[in-house]
Amino acid sequence: MQTEIKFAGFGGQGILLSAKLLAYAAMKQGSQVAWIPSYGPEMRGGTAYCTVVISDRLIGSPIIKNPTHLVAMNRPSLEKFANDIKPDGIILINSSLIPVRSNREDITELIVPANDAAIKVGSVKCANIIALSSFAAKSKLVDLDILKECVKEEFSSKPKIIPLNMDAFDEGVNIARQS
Amino acid sequence: MAKVLMKGNEAIGEAAIRAGCKNYFAYPITPQSEVAEYLCKRLPEVDGVFVQGESEVAVGYMIFGAAGCGERVMTTSSSPGISLMSEAISYIAAAHCPAVFVNIVRGGPGLGGILPSQGDYFQATKGGGHGDYRLLVLAPDGVQEAVEMTMQAFTLAEKYRAPIMILGDGLIGQMMEPVEFRDDLKTEPTNKDDWATNGMGTRKSDTRNLVKSLFLDPQELNNNNLRLKAKYEQMKKEEVQFELYNADTDYQALIISYGTMSRVCRTSIDTMKAEGLEVAMLRPKTLFPFPEKAIFDAANKESCKSVLSIEMSMGQMVEDVERCVKGQRPVHWYGECGGDVPTPEAIVQVVKDSLK
Repeated sequence: MQTEIKFAGFGGQGILLSAKLLAYAAMKQGSQVAWIPSYGPEMRGGTAYCTVVISDRLIGSPIIKNPTHLVAMNRPSLEKFANDIKPDGIILINSSLIPVRSNREDITELIVPANDAAIKVGSVKCANIIALSSFAAKSKLVDLDILKECVKEEFSSKPKIIPLNMDAFDEGVNIARQS
Repeated sequence: MAKVLMKGNEAIGEAAIRAGCKNYFAYPITPQSEVAEYLCKRLPEVDGVFVQGESEVAVGYMIFGAAGCGERVMTTSSSPGISLMSEAISYIAAAHCPAVFVNIVRGGPGLGGILPSQGDYFQATKGGGHGDYRLLVLAPDGVQEAVEMTMQAFTLAEKYRAPIMILGDGLIGQMMEPVEFRDDLKTEPTNKDDWATNGMGTRKSDTRNLVKSLFLDPQELNNNNLRLKAKYEQMKKEEVQFELYNADTDYQALIISYGTMSRVCRTSIDTMKAEGLEVAMLRPKTLFPFPEKAIFDAANKESCKSVLSIEMSMGQMVEDVERCVKGQRPVHWYGECGGDVPTPEAIVQVVKDSLK
Protein backbone atom coordinates (compact mmCIF):
# COMPACT_ATOMS: atom_id res chain seq x y z
CA MET A 1 0.00 0.00 0.00
CA GLN A 2 1.49 3.34 -1.08
CA THR A 3 0.08 6.84 -0.69
CA GLU A 4 1.46 9.97 -2.31
CA ILE A 5 0.63 13.48 -1.21
CA LYS A 6 1.48 16.58 -3.21
CA PHE A 7 1.87 19.84 -1.30
CA ALA A 8 1.80 22.91 -3.50
CA GLY A 9 1.77 26.67 -3.09
CA PHE A 10 4.09 29.62 -3.42
CA GLY A 11 7.52 29.99 -1.85
CA GLY A 12 7.35 31.21 1.74
CA GLN A 13 4.08 29.44 2.59
CA GLY A 14 5.88 26.66 4.41
CA ILE A 15 4.99 24.03 1.82
CA LEU A 16 8.23 22.08 2.15
CA LEU A 17 8.02 22.18 5.93
CA SER A 18 4.46 20.86 6.24
CA ALA A 19 5.34 18.08 3.81
CA LYS A 20 8.41 17.23 5.84
CA LEU A 21 6.38 17.08 9.06
CA LEU A 22 3.94 14.63 7.50
CA ALA A 23 6.83 12.45 6.27
CA TYR A 24 8.46 12.63 9.68
CA ALA A 25 5.27 11.49 11.47
CA ALA A 26 4.78 8.63 9.02
CA MET A 27 8.39 7.56 9.53
CA LYS A 28 7.87 7.54 13.30
CA GLN A 29 4.90 5.24 12.75
CA GLY A 30 7.21 2.80 10.99
CA SER A 31 6.35 3.52 7.36
CA GLN A 32 8.83 3.92 4.51
CA VAL A 33 8.85 7.55 3.45
CA ALA A 34 10.40 9.83 0.87
CA TRP A 35 10.17 13.61 0.60
CA ILE A 36 10.82 14.85 -2.89
CA PRO A 37 10.99 18.59 -3.55
CA SER A 38 10.65 20.01 -7.02
CA TYR A 39 13.84 21.99 -6.87
CA GLY A 40 14.75 24.60 -9.41
CA PRO A 41 16.01 28.15 -9.61
CA GLU A 42 13.30 29.17 -7.18
CA MET A 43 12.82 32.16 -4.90
CA ARG A 44 10.51 33.54 -2.27
CA GLY A 45 7.15 34.14 -3.89
CA GLY A 46 7.87 31.62 -6.65
CA THR A 47 6.19 28.25 -6.87
CA ALA A 48 6.98 25.47 -4.40
CA TYR A 49 5.89 21.88 -4.85
CA CYS A 50 6.79 18.84 -2.88
CA THR A 51 5.68 15.22 -2.83
CA VAL A 52 5.62 12.89 0.14
CA VAL A 53 5.47 9.15 -0.47
CA ILE A 54 4.33 6.90 2.38
CA SER A 55 4.53 3.15 1.88
CA ASP A 56 4.53 -0.11 3.77
CA ARG A 57 7.35 -1.39 1.55
CA LEU A 58 10.55 -0.09 -0.01
CA ILE A 59 9.73 2.92 -2.16
CA GLY A 60 10.47 2.47 -5.85
CA SER A 61 10.15 5.42 -8.17
CA PRO A 62 10.29 8.68 -6.24
CA ILE A 63 8.86 10.46 -9.29
CA ILE A 64 5.08 10.60 -8.92
CA LYS A 65 2.91 11.74 -11.83
CA ASN A 66 -0.48 10.99 -10.25
CA PRO A 67 -0.48 11.51 -6.49
CA THR A 68 -3.23 10.16 -4.24
CA HIS A 69 -3.94 13.50 -2.54
CA LEU A 70 -3.28 17.21 -3.03
CA VAL A 71 -2.84 20.04 -0.55
CA ALA A 72 -3.27 23.20 -2.63
CA MET A 73 -2.29 26.41 -0.87
CA ASN A 74 -2.78 28.79 -3.79
CA ARG A 75 -4.82 29.00 -6.97
CA PRO A 76 -2.13 28.19 -9.56
CA SER A 77 -1.34 25.00 -7.65
CA LEU A 78 -4.94 23.84 -7.67
CA GLU A 79 -5.35 24.63 -11.35
CA LYS A 80 -2.08 22.92 -12.23
CA PHE A 81 -2.46 19.70 -10.25
CA ALA A 82 -6.18 19.05 -9.58
CA ASN A 83 -6.52 16.85 -12.65
CA ASP A 84 -3.46 14.76 -11.77
CA ILE A 85 -4.96 13.44 -8.54
CA LYS A 86 -6.12 9.82 -8.54
CA PRO A 87 -9.88 9.17 -8.18
CA ASP A 88 -11.06 8.92 -4.54
CA GLY A 89 -8.27 11.21 -3.35
CA ILE A 90 -8.59 14.27 -1.15
CA ILE A 91 -7.96 17.75 -2.50
CA LEU A 92 -7.46 20.30 0.23
CA ILE A 93 -8.27 23.79 -1.02
CA ASN A 94 -6.98 26.80 0.88
CA SER A 95 -10.18 28.79 0.37
CA SER A 96 -8.63 31.97 1.82
CA LEU A 97 -6.61 32.33 -1.36
CA ILE A 98 -8.49 30.11 -3.83
CA PRO A 99 -11.92 31.31 -4.96
CA VAL A 100 -12.46 28.36 -7.34
CA ARG A 101 -12.97 24.60 -6.84
CA SER A 102 -11.42 21.52 -8.42
CA ASN A 103 -14.29 20.62 -10.81
CA ARG A 104 -13.73 16.99 -9.93
CA GLU A 105 -16.67 14.76 -8.97
CA ASP A 106 -14.55 11.71 -8.15
CA ILE A 107 -12.51 13.17 -5.31
CA THR A 108 -13.25 14.60 -1.87
CA GLU A 109 -12.77 18.32 -1.52
CA LEU A 110 -11.65 19.58 1.86
CA ILE A 111 -12.26 23.32 2.04
CA VAL A 112 -9.98 24.97 4.60
CA PRO A 113 -9.70 28.77 4.96
CA ALA A 114 -6.14 28.28 6.16
CA ASN A 115 -4.94 31.89 6.04
CA ASP A 116 -8.08 33.32 7.70
CA ALA A 117 -8.00 30.68 10.40
CA ALA A 118 -4.30 31.31 10.94
CA ILE A 119 -4.87 35.05 11.40
CA LYS A 120 -7.56 34.23 13.94
CA VAL A 121 -5.20 31.96 15.83
CA GLY A 122 -2.52 34.63 15.90
CA SER A 123 -0.36 34.68 12.77
CA VAL A 124 -0.86 34.06 9.09
CA LYS A 125 2.50 32.26 9.13
CA CYS A 126 0.92 29.15 10.64
CA ALA A 127 -1.51 28.62 7.74
CA ASN A 128 0.64 25.69 6.65
CA ILE A 129 0.22 23.97 10.02
CA ILE A 130 -3.56 24.46 9.82
CA ALA A 131 -3.62 22.91 6.35
CA LEU A 132 -1.37 20.07 7.50
CA SER A 133 -3.44 19.10 10.53
CA SER A 134 -6.70 19.47 8.61
CA PHE A 135 -5.40 17.20 5.90
CA ALA A 136 -4.07 14.68 8.42
CA ALA A 137 -7.36 14.62 10.32
CA LYS A 138 -9.36 14.07 7.14
CA SER A 139 -7.06 11.52 5.48
CA LYS A 140 -6.20 9.64 8.71
CA LEU A 141 -2.80 8.88 7.17
CA VAL A 142 -0.91 9.46 10.39
CA ASP A 143 -1.70 9.50 14.09
CA LEU A 144 -2.57 13.09 15.05
CA ASP A 145 -0.74 12.93 18.38
CA ILE A 146 2.46 11.80 16.69
CA LEU A 147 2.13 14.51 14.07
CA LYS A 148 1.52 17.15 16.71
CA GLU A 149 4.62 15.97 18.54
CA CYS A 150 6.59 16.34 15.29
CA VAL A 151 5.38 19.92 14.92
CA LYS A 152 6.47 20.62 18.47
CA GLU A 153 9.90 19.10 17.87
CA GLU A 154 10.34 21.08 14.68
CA PHE A 155 9.96 24.34 16.59
CA SER A 156 11.97 23.20 19.62
CA SER A 157 14.66 25.79 18.88
CA LYS A 158 12.02 28.54 18.87
CA PRO A 159 9.94 27.69 21.97
CA LYS A 160 8.10 31.03 21.81
CA ILE A 161 6.14 30.01 18.74
CA ILE A 162 5.24 26.51 19.89
CA PRO A 163 1.95 27.52 21.58
CA LEU A 164 0.86 29.38 18.44
CA ASN A 165 1.56 26.34 16.29
CA MET A 166 -0.17 24.02 18.77
CA ASP A 167 -3.29 26.21 18.58
CA ALA A 168 -3.05 26.24 14.82
CA PHE A 169 -2.77 22.46 14.81
CA ASP A 170 -5.93 22.07 16.93
CA GLU A 171 -7.81 24.60 14.81
CA GLY A 172 -6.92 22.69 11.64
CA VAL A 173 -8.22 19.45 13.15
CA ASN A 174 -11.48 21.21 14.15
CA ILE A 175 -12.01 22.55 10.65
CA ALA A 176 -11.60 19.06 9.18
CA ARG A 177 -13.98 17.53 11.71
CA GLN A 178 -16.65 20.13 11.02
CA SER A 179 -16.39 19.76 7.27
CA MET B 1 20.48 4.25 16.53
CA ALA B 2 17.10 5.69 15.59
CA LYS B 3 16.42 6.70 12.03
CA VAL B 4 16.40 10.36 11.13
CA LEU B 5 14.80 12.06 8.16
CA MET B 6 17.51 13.79 6.14
CA LYS B 7 18.15 15.33 2.77
CA GLY B 8 20.67 13.32 0.74
CA ASN B 9 23.15 16.19 0.62
CA GLU B 10 23.09 16.72 4.38
CA ALA B 11 23.26 12.98 5.02
CA ILE B 12 26.40 12.71 2.87
CA GLY B 13 27.95 15.49 4.95
CA GLU B 14 27.08 13.78 8.20
CA ALA B 15 28.33 10.43 6.87
CA ALA B 16 31.73 12.00 6.13
CA ILE B 17 31.95 13.25 9.71
CA ARG B 18 30.95 9.85 11.08
CA ALA B 19 33.67 8.30 8.91
CA GLY B 20 36.26 10.50 10.57
CA CYS B 21 36.73 13.03 7.77
CA LYS B 22 37.90 16.36 9.15
CA ASN B 23 38.87 18.04 5.91
CA TYR B 24 36.31 19.26 3.43
CA PHE B 25 36.98 21.73 0.65
CA ALA B 26 34.33 22.74 -1.83
CA TYR B 27 32.89 25.33 -4.13
CA PRO B 28 29.10 25.76 -4.21
CA ILE B 29 27.06 24.47 -7.15
CA THR B 30 23.44 23.35 -7.45
CA PRO B 31 22.22 20.68 -6.70
CA GLN B 32 24.76 19.84 -3.98
CA SER B 33 25.39 23.13 -2.15
CA GLU B 34 23.64 21.84 0.99
CA VAL B 35 26.62 19.56 1.67
CA ALA B 36 28.84 22.62 2.10
CA GLU B 37 26.13 24.44 4.03
CA TYR B 38 25.82 21.49 6.39
CA LEU B 39 29.53 20.85 6.82
CA CYS B 40 30.54 24.47 7.38
CA LYS B 41 28.34 24.36 10.49
CA ARG B 42 29.17 20.82 11.52
CA LEU B 43 32.95 20.53 10.93
CA PRO B 44 34.03 23.11 13.54
CA GLU B 45 32.14 21.05 16.13
CA VAL B 46 34.55 18.14 15.52
CA ASP B 47 37.67 20.28 15.11
CA GLY B 48 37.46 19.86 11.37
CA VAL B 49 38.27 22.27 8.57
CA PHE B 50 36.04 23.64 5.82
CA VAL B 51 37.49 25.90 3.18
CA GLN B 52 35.46 27.27 0.32
CA GLY B 53 37.95 27.43 -2.52
CA GLU B 54 37.99 30.23 -5.06
CA SER B 55 37.13 27.70 -7.77
CA GLU B 56 36.80 23.97 -8.28
CA VAL B 57 40.29 23.93 -9.78
CA ALA B 58 41.66 25.24 -6.50
CA VAL B 59 39.51 22.83 -4.51
CA GLY B 60 40.91 19.89 -6.48
CA TYR B 61 44.45 20.81 -5.41
CA MET B 62 43.42 21.50 -1.81
CA ILE B 63 42.18 17.90 -1.82
CA PHE B 64 45.52 16.76 -3.28
CA GLY B 65 47.38 18.63 -0.56
CA ALA B 66 45.40 17.14 2.31
CA ALA B 67 45.41 13.69 0.72
CA GLY B 68 49.19 13.90 0.30
CA CYS B 69 49.43 14.44 4.05
CA GLY B 70 47.41 11.26 4.53
CA GLU B 71 44.39 13.08 5.96
CA ARG B 72 40.83 11.89 5.38
CA VAL B 73 39.50 14.41 2.89
CA MET B 74 36.39 14.87 0.78
CA THR B 75 34.87 17.28 -1.67
CA THR B 76 31.43 17.39 -3.22
CA SER B 77 30.44 19.04 -6.45
CA SER B 78 28.21 18.66 -9.45
CA SER B 79 29.05 17.92 -13.07
CA PRO B 80 30.71 21.16 -14.34
CA GLY B 81 32.60 21.40 -11.04
CA ILE B 82 33.91 17.85 -11.40
CA SER B 83 35.13 18.71 -14.90
CA LEU B 84 37.21 21.49 -13.38
CA MET B 85 38.58 19.15 -10.70
CA SER B 86 39.43 16.40 -13.17
CA GLU B 87 43.03 17.53 -13.67
CA ALA B 88 43.67 17.26 -9.93
CA ILE B 89 41.92 13.89 -9.80
CA SER B 90 44.37 12.58 -12.39
CA TYR B 91 47.32 13.91 -10.33
CA ILE B 92 45.90 12.38 -7.13
CA ALA B 93 45.49 9.01 -8.83
CA ALA B 94 49.03 9.19 -10.26
CA ALA B 95 50.46 10.09 -6.85
CA HIS B 96 48.57 7.25 -5.08
CA CYS B 97 46.69 9.45 -2.63
CA PRO B 98 43.37 8.55 -0.94
CA ALA B 99 40.51 11.03 -1.39
CA VAL B 100 36.72 11.00 -1.74
CA PHE B 101 34.93 12.89 -4.53
CA VAL B 102 31.15 13.13 -4.58
CA ASN B 103 29.43 14.09 -7.82
CA ILE B 104 25.74 14.98 -7.43
CA VAL B 105 25.19 14.88 -11.17
CA ARG B 106 23.13 17.47 -13.02
CA GLY B 107 22.23 17.62 -16.69
CA GLY B 108 24.94 18.53 -19.20
CA PRO B 109 26.93 19.07 -21.31
CA GLY B 110 28.09 22.62 -20.69
CA LEU B 111 26.24 24.41 -17.93
CA GLY B 112 23.29 22.18 -18.85
CA GLY B 113 20.62 22.30 -16.17
CA ILE B 114 20.31 21.69 -12.45
CA LEU B 115 17.98 18.70 -12.55
CA PRO B 116 19.06 15.06 -12.04
CA SER B 117 21.02 13.26 -14.75
CA GLN B 118 23.38 10.34 -15.25
CA GLY B 119 25.26 12.03 -18.06
CA ASP B 120 28.60 11.82 -16.23
CA TYR B 121 28.88 8.02 -16.46
CA PHE B 122 31.70 8.21 -18.99
CA GLN B 123 33.45 10.98 -17.08
CA ALA B 124 33.36 8.96 -13.86
CA THR B 125 34.17 5.51 -15.21
CA LYS B 126 36.40 6.19 -18.21
CA GLY B 127 38.56 9.03 -17.07
CA GLY B 128 37.50 12.65 -16.95
CA GLY B 129 41.10 13.61 -16.40
CA HIS B 130 44.06 12.51 -18.52
CA GLY B 131 46.18 9.41 -18.42
CA ASP B 132 45.86 5.76 -17.51
CA TYR B 133 43.89 5.97 -14.31
CA ARG B 134 40.50 4.73 -13.16
CA LEU B 135 38.22 5.76 -10.34
CA LEU B 136 36.41 3.29 -8.16
CA VAL B 137 32.85 4.56 -8.65
CA LEU B 138 30.03 3.88 -6.18
CA ALA B 139 26.45 4.60 -7.29
CA PRO B 140 23.86 4.89 -4.49
CA ASP B 141 20.13 4.49 -5.21
CA GLY B 142 18.87 6.51 -2.26
CA VAL B 143 19.82 8.46 0.82
CA GLN B 144 20.60 5.46 3.04
CA GLU B 145 22.93 3.96 0.48
CA ALA B 146 24.55 7.36 -0.14
CA VAL B 147 25.40 7.43 3.56
CA GLU B 148 26.80 3.90 3.59
CA MET B 149 28.82 4.39 0.42
CA THR B 150 30.25 7.69 1.67
CA MET B 151 31.49 5.94 4.79
CA GLN B 152 32.86 2.97 2.82
CA ALA B 153 34.55 5.32 0.36
CA PHE B 154 37.06 6.50 2.96
CA THR B 155 37.99 2.91 3.77
CA LEU B 156 38.36 2.05 0.09
CA ALA B 157 40.36 5.21 -0.60
CA GLU B 158 42.88 4.14 2.04
CA LYS B 159 42.86 0.47 1.06
CA TYR B 160 43.87 1.39 -2.51
CA ARG B 161 45.46 4.77 -1.83
CA ALA B 162 43.32 6.08 -4.66
CA PRO B 163 40.58 8.62 -5.33
CA ILE B 164 37.09 7.18 -4.97
CA MET B 165 33.98 8.69 -6.54
CA ILE B 166 30.38 8.60 -5.36
CA LEU B 167 28.15 9.16 -8.36
CA GLY B 168 24.75 10.38 -7.20
CA ASP B 169 22.31 12.65 -8.95
CA GLY B 170 20.30 15.75 -8.16
CA LEU B 171 17.36 13.76 -6.87
CA ILE B 172 19.42 11.79 -4.36
CA GLY B 173 20.94 15.05 -3.16
CA GLN B 174 17.63 16.86 -2.77
CA MET B 175 15.36 14.06 -1.58
CA MET B 176 14.73 13.36 2.12
CA GLU B 177 14.58 9.76 3.30
CA PRO B 178 15.01 8.06 6.66
CA VAL B 179 18.65 7.27 7.36
CA GLU B 180 20.61 5.38 9.91
CA PHE B 181 24.32 6.00 10.51
CA ARG B 182 25.99 2.68 11.13
CA ASP B 183 28.99 3.01 13.39
CA ASP B 184 30.32 -0.33 12.16
CA LEU B 185 31.11 1.27 8.79
CA LYS B 186 33.70 3.53 10.36
CA THR B 187 37.24 2.22 10.09
CA GLU B 188 40.43 3.35 11.78
CA PRO B 189 42.79 5.27 9.50
CA THR B 190 45.59 3.13 8.10
CA ASN B 191 49.19 3.91 8.98
CA LYS B 192 50.37 6.55 6.52
CA ASP B 193 53.87 7.10 7.84
CA ASP B 194 55.54 5.08 5.09
CA TRP B 195 54.20 7.24 2.29
CA ALA B 196 52.48 10.48 3.37
CA THR B 197 54.20 13.85 3.52
CA ASN B 198 53.02 14.34 7.08
CA GLY B 199 56.25 15.78 8.49
CA MET B 200 59.34 14.05 9.89
CA GLY B 201 58.41 14.94 13.45
CA THR B 202 55.85 12.18 13.85
CA ARG B 203 57.80 9.45 12.07
CA LYS B 204 60.48 7.06 13.25
CA SER B 205 62.08 6.63 9.81
CA ASP B 206 64.63 9.19 8.63
CA THR B 207 63.97 8.75 4.89
CA ARG B 208 61.72 11.42 3.49
CA ASN B 209 58.44 10.57 1.80
CA LEU B 210 57.69 11.93 -1.64
CA VAL B 211 54.24 12.39 -3.18
CA LYS B 212 54.54 13.12 -6.88
CA SER B 213 53.05 12.52 -10.30
CA LEU B 214 56.00 13.53 -12.50
CA PHE B 215 58.02 10.57 -13.80
CA LEU B 216 60.35 11.72 -16.59
CA ASP B 217 62.12 8.39 -16.82
CA PRO B 218 60.05 6.22 -19.19
CA GLN B 219 60.72 3.07 -17.25
CA GLU B 220 59.71 4.74 -14.00
CA LEU B 221 56.49 6.08 -15.54
CA ASN B 222 55.68 2.70 -17.03
CA ASN B 223 56.21 1.13 -13.62
CA ASN B 224 53.88 3.66 -12.02
CA ASN B 225 51.22 2.82 -14.59
CA LEU B 226 51.73 -0.89 -13.96
CA ARG B 227 51.30 -0.24 -10.26
CA LEU B 228 48.04 1.62 -10.96
CA LYS B 229 46.89 -1.19 -13.24
CA ALA B 230 47.54 -3.73 -10.52
CA LYS B 231 45.24 -1.77 -8.20
CA TYR B 232 42.46 -1.69 -10.76
CA GLU B 233 42.81 -5.42 -11.34
CA GLN B 234 42.52 -5.96 -7.59
CA MET B 235 39.40 -3.76 -7.50
CA LYS B 236 37.86 -5.90 -10.25
CA LYS B 237 38.46 -8.99 -8.13
CA GLU B 238 37.44 -7.62 -4.73
CA GLU B 239 35.11 -4.65 -5.00
CA VAL B 240 32.35 -5.47 -7.50
CA GLN B 241 28.95 -4.75 -5.94
CA PHE B 242 25.53 -5.21 -7.50
CA GLU B 243 21.96 -6.08 -6.58
CA LEU B 244 19.54 -8.37 -8.37
CA TYR B 245 15.80 -7.73 -8.40
CA ASN B 246 13.16 -10.29 -9.39
CA ALA B 247 15.94 -12.43 -10.83
CA ASP B 248 14.77 -15.72 -9.31
CA THR B 249 11.98 -15.85 -11.92
CA ASP B 250 11.97 -17.00 -15.55
CA TYR B 251 12.33 -13.41 -16.64
CA GLN B 252 11.91 -12.51 -20.29
CA ALA B 253 13.86 -9.27 -20.13
CA LEU B 254 16.77 -8.02 -18.05
CA ILE B 255 17.14 -4.35 -17.13
CA ILE B 256 20.53 -2.92 -16.19
CA SER B 257 20.05 0.35 -14.34
CA TYR B 258 21.68 2.21 -11.46
CA GLY B 259 20.98 5.01 -9.00
CA THR B 260 17.67 6.89 -9.09
CA MET B 261 16.84 5.35 -12.46
CA SER B 262 16.93 1.84 -10.98
CA ARG B 263 14.20 2.76 -8.49
CA VAL B 264 11.90 3.81 -11.29
CA CYS B 265 12.71 0.52 -13.03
CA ARG B 266 11.80 -1.38 -9.85
CA THR B 267 8.34 0.17 -9.95
CA SER B 268 8.01 -0.79 -13.64
CA ILE B 269 9.07 -4.37 -12.86
CA ASP B 270 6.39 -4.59 -10.13
CA THR B 271 3.76 -3.30 -12.58
CA MET B 272 4.74 -5.83 -15.24
CA LYS B 273 4.83 -8.64 -12.70
CA ALA B 274 1.23 -7.83 -11.74
CA GLU B 275 0.35 -8.14 -15.44
CA GLY B 276 2.11 -11.51 -15.65
CA LEU B 277 5.30 -10.38 -17.38
CA GLU B 278 8.47 -11.28 -15.50
CA VAL B 279 11.36 -8.84 -15.86
CA ALA B 280 14.52 -8.79 -13.77
CA MET B 281 16.98 -6.06 -12.96
CA LEU B 282 20.66 -6.05 -12.22
CA ARG B 283 21.64 -2.84 -10.48
CA PRO B 284 25.36 -2.10 -10.50
CA LYS B 285 26.35 -0.51 -7.18
CA THR B 286 29.91 -0.12 -8.42
CA LEU B 287 30.17 1.34 -11.93
CA PHE B 288 33.90 0.70 -11.92
CA PRO B 289 34.59 -2.12 -11.30
CA PHE B 290 31.56 -3.05 -13.42
CA PRO B 291 29.70 -6.31 -12.65
CA GLU B 292 30.81 -7.84 -15.94
CA LYS B 293 30.41 -11.51 -15.22
CA ALA B 294 27.13 -11.08 -13.33
CA ILE B 295 25.62 -9.24 -16.30
CA PHE B 296 26.83 -11.90 -18.73
CA ASP B 297 25.36 -14.66 -16.56
CA ALA B 298 22.05 -12.88 -15.97
CA ALA B 299 21.65 -12.06 -19.67
CA ASN B 300 22.32 -15.68 -20.62
CA LYS B 301 19.46 -17.14 -18.62
CA GLU B 302 17.45 -19.21 -21.08
CA SER B 303 14.18 -17.35 -20.58
CA CYS B 304 15.82 -13.95 -21.16
CA LYS B 305 15.23 -12.57 -24.65
CA SER B 306 16.24 -8.98 -24.28
CA VAL B 307 18.63 -6.81 -22.26
CA LEU B 308 17.98 -3.11 -21.68
CA SER B 309 20.31 -0.44 -20.36
CA ILE B 310 18.06 2.21 -18.86
CA GLU B 311 19.87 5.36 -17.84
CA MET B 312 19.41 9.11 -17.57
CA SER B 313 21.90 9.70 -20.35
CA MET B 314 21.93 9.41 -24.11
CA GLY B 315 23.46 5.94 -24.01
CA GLN B 316 26.67 5.66 -22.01
CA MET B 317 26.42 2.63 -19.72
CA VAL B 318 24.86 0.71 -22.64
CA GLU B 319 28.36 0.46 -24.16
CA ASP B 320 29.56 -1.43 -21.09
CA VAL B 321 26.43 -3.56 -21.06
CA GLU B 322 27.01 -4.52 -24.69
CA ARG B 323 30.60 -5.37 -23.85
CA CYS B 324 29.45 -7.66 -21.03
CA VAL B 325 26.62 -9.37 -22.92
CA LYS B 326 29.11 -10.21 -25.71
CA GLY B 327 26.46 -10.39 -28.41
CA GLN B 328 24.57 -13.23 -26.73
CA ARG B 329 21.32 -11.21 -26.50
CA PRO B 330 20.02 -8.04 -28.19
CA VAL B 331 20.91 -5.01 -26.07
CA HIS B 332 18.61 -1.97 -26.09
CA TRP B 333 19.02 1.48 -24.65
CA TYR B 334 16.42 3.84 -23.24
CA GLY B 335 16.91 7.12 -21.47
CA GLU B 336 16.22 10.79 -21.10
CA CYS B 337 18.61 13.41 -19.86
CA GLY B 338 17.00 16.82 -19.88
CA GLY B 339 16.26 16.57 -16.18
CA ASP B 340 12.94 14.73 -16.36
CA VAL B 341 13.34 11.23 -14.96
CA PRO B 342 11.75 8.64 -17.29
CA THR B 343 8.42 7.44 -15.90
CA PRO B 344 7.65 3.85 -14.87
CA GLU B 345 5.00 3.77 -17.64
CA ALA B 346 7.52 4.71 -20.32
CA ILE B 347 9.86 1.97 -19.15
CA VAL B 348 7.08 -0.64 -19.20
CA GLN B 349 6.42 0.31 -22.83
CA VAL B 350 10.10 0.14 -23.79
CA VAL B 351 10.50 -3.29 -22.20
CA LYS B 352 7.40 -4.62 -23.97
CA ASP B 353 8.57 -3.18 -27.30
CA SER B 354 11.93 -4.88 -26.88
CA LEU B 355 10.17 -8.25 -26.65
CA LYS B 356 8.15 -7.84 -29.86
